[in-house]
Amino acid sequence: MCLAVPAKIVEISGDLAKVDFGSGVLREVNIMLLEEAKKGDYVLVHAGYAIQLLNEEEAEETLRLWKEFLEKVEIVGVDEEEEHEN
Amino acid sequence: MFPNASRFRDPKLTEKITRHIKRLAPSYTIKICHVCGTHEWTITHFGLRSLLPQNVDVIAGPGCPVCVIPAAEIDAAVKLALEGVTITCFGDVLRVPGSELSLMDAKARGGDVRVVYGVGNAVRMAKQETNREFVFFAIGFETTAPSTAVEILKKPPSNLSFLITHRLIPPAMELLLGIGDLQIDGFIAPGHVSTIIGTEPYRIFPEAYGMPTVIAGFEPLDVLFAVSMILQQLKEGKPKLENEYKRAVTAEGNVKAQKLMQQAFKTVAAEWRGLGRLPDSGLALREEYEKYDAKKRYDIRTEKARDLLPGCQCHLIMIGKIKPDQCSLFMKECAPESPKGPCMVSVEGTCRIWAKHSGRG
Ligand code: SF4
Repeated sequence: MCLAVPAKIVEISGDLAKVDFGSGVLREVNIMLLEEAKKGDYVLVHAGYAIQLLNEEEAEETLRLWKEFLEKVEIVGVDEEEEHEN
Repeated sequence: MFPNASRFRDPKLTEKITRHIKRLAPSYTIKICHVCGTHEWTITHFGLRSLLPQNVDVIAGPGCPVCVIPAAEIDAAVKLALEGVTITCFGDVLRVPGSELSLMDAKARGGDVRVVYGVGNAVRMAKQETNREFVFFAIGFETTAPSTAVEILKKPPSNLSFLITHRLIPPAMELLLGIGDLQIDGFIAPGHVSTIIGTEPYRIFPEAYGMPTVIAGFEPLDVLFAVSMILQQLKEGKPKLENEYKRAVTAEGNVKAQKLMQQAFKTVAAEWRGLGRLPDSGLALREEYEKYDAKKRYDIRTEKARDLLPGCQCHLIMIGKIKPDQCSLFMKECAPESPKGPCMVSVEGTCRIWAKHSGRG
């Protein structure tokens, strides 16, 4: 029910937009819940309504921070593990 | 496609974060509660529980919107269907047991019950078939309520009314914290509800209840990072509100959707199946839109209803007190083909998710 699926806006006409869920198959969704939406934006679609824009930069940033963080804790972690072994 | 879902499932990162979680885990048992059927699906489908240390337990709270609809509301929809009104509803609602009958039973007895993808379909049908009376069974949390608000405010066709059973998530989370013997050490807050309400409604959990709270997305790495963030907070003894799902959730949420909801609805005390009546936990139409309220239009009085069949433990499943395999009916008398309780009906119900994954979480 609360499942929302990312899709890309391909075309806008009034309150409706054609979106691509990734398979190339286009579906019409209602975009009245969004303050602004333009062609090319990624949105989260729930029950036929776009409920929020997806932020590509934030997605990249999250992935980057995760990688960085895990590299850092891995090094600290390895040290700890070595200590255990000694 | 949007930064490739597969990158949020990266096996190397998964391995690393799992190792990190093991390092962070304390020696005592920790219970982390999520409140979203989609989180339960991610956790079960990707076998995330088996990646966590044994003493880090993830439990499922009342995050299945179909499961929490009181039987009385199903009874109301069944009654209308049998009286000749066309009921439009999400597919998941069809088999939810009422006191006696489900909407599926009503359909088998000649009722016109139609599954729709969203409220927009119901509006279109009502416009096309002006000789019929339609009711849209409006269920769902904050993720779904804005779409109902959109259609209410657009003045729906006069032959359409709404059975509003929208419920709000933060009050349900607060209820969990009031249950004395239920251990919860941290919350994973639901990402899609949060796209609408933003981060602030959860602030009371760390600030008033000392409960670490992390808003999370629905890929395996989202959930695992949320677990590690909660463990980190516990380790430091500094509960706070963090947002792991920044690609979709902003501090203020979807302000337009919130405004539309406020225009159409007021907040009211509401019944939750098996959990009782919770203050400020439901939505009802504002006075100026009451003419679209199916209960008023058809003068439906909520009668005494039977929420749970004997033996069904959904009320304990829904607060994460027990897991499905602790219910003696699970996969015996109660299975997806013959559900006894709402938790086995909905694709977001914990029992159903476990059943579909070989009876394990
Ligand atoms: S397994 Fe069936 S009977 Fe048991 S709690 Fe779940 S839905 Fe109820």
